[in-house]
Amino acid sequence: MNVAVAIDQIPQDALPSASEAGPAPKRIVVAYGFWIFLLSDIIMFAALFASYAVLVRSTAGGPTGAQLFNQATVAIETACLLVSSYTCGLMSLAVNSRRRLGTYLGALITFALGATFLSLEMREFSNMIAIGATPQRSAFLSAFFTLVGCHGLHVALGLIWLIVMMVQVAVFGFAARVQRRLLCFSLFWHALDIVWVGVFTVVYLMGVSL
Amino acid sequence: MTEARHERAPGDRPSREMDASAPSEFLVYTIGLFVAVLLTATSFWAANTTLLWPGGVFLGLAVLAIAQMGIHLVFFLHITSGPESTNNVLALAFGVLIVFVVVAGTMWIVADMNANMMMPSGAPMSMRMQH
Repeated sequence: MNVAVAIDQIPQDALPSASEAGPAPKRIVVAYGFWIFLLSDIIMFAALFASYAVLVRSTAGGPTGAQLFNQATVAIETACLLVSSYTCGLMSLAVNSRRRLGTYLGALITFALGATFLSLEMREFSNMIAIGATPQRSAFLSAFFTLVGCHGLHVALGLIWLIVMMVQVAVFGFAARVQRRLLCFSLFWHALDIVWVGVFTVVYLMGVSL
Repeated sequence: MTEARHERAPGDRPSREMDASAPSEFLVYTIGLFVAVLLTATSFWAANTTLLWPGGVFLGLAVLAIAQMGIHLVFFLHITSGPESTNNVLALAFGVLIVFVVVAGTMWIVADMNANMMMPSGAPMSMRMQH
């Protein structure tokens, strides 16, 4: 049982009013702080989206998005990330009810899907660079590699974080601090999927129909 | 009742003990996945079809993306309108405001500058400098 659930089990009349209850439990404070970080991260992505939207037509005679993007790859990448967000949610259910096998299984599938996403993206990037569509080629490509690459970097960091968390579960079990970190990880992973919704819509789908 | 409670951590579900009629957490994630897949598939279809007026596709894709972000927030991140997630919603609303200001403001300002730079190349330099 996590702290939030444990609080809910206390009878209603036994609880003082919120102003008398003292500081909130650490799980709430930590998750709220991480929530603020995620929002600032999303604001950083907003700046990258804005620069991409401004520069998308500045191809300097180089290849345009419609010539470069492969919709089938993007569809598979999107499916990978969406399903990994789902399995990450199922993993957090297993964490809350302290099921070790479910946690490992959820983490394994989440990791595999995230790694598939990342390898597809790396292949896409290397194919583009191979035909001369490097970040140096045009302002459009600079903005593209910055925006999509920044998201990919976040996914890579998330995968490393997931490995670290599974080691912590193996070593410390479901200690309160491990549960807090796992809650932050699932917030991070879901937020990455929300950013990807913006990326595949603005960059890939709108780019093809430009 | 809610006065005696703390805020809920973002990402945490309201517990079943509190509200026995709440759907199971597994069901919530599954519904979220189903709706998200539906919206994503619609986006990909709209971008590739010739059935729709191309001018409307742009707006349609934006609406579908915003709808899907909302679905992710509600079903995966469990953002609710309940009193115990007020802090989370307020922080989110402020974040959305800043995102809107950054994106819309940048595009507006740069489009305006771009329009002002569009002088005929034959125009004298003094005339171009006025803008």
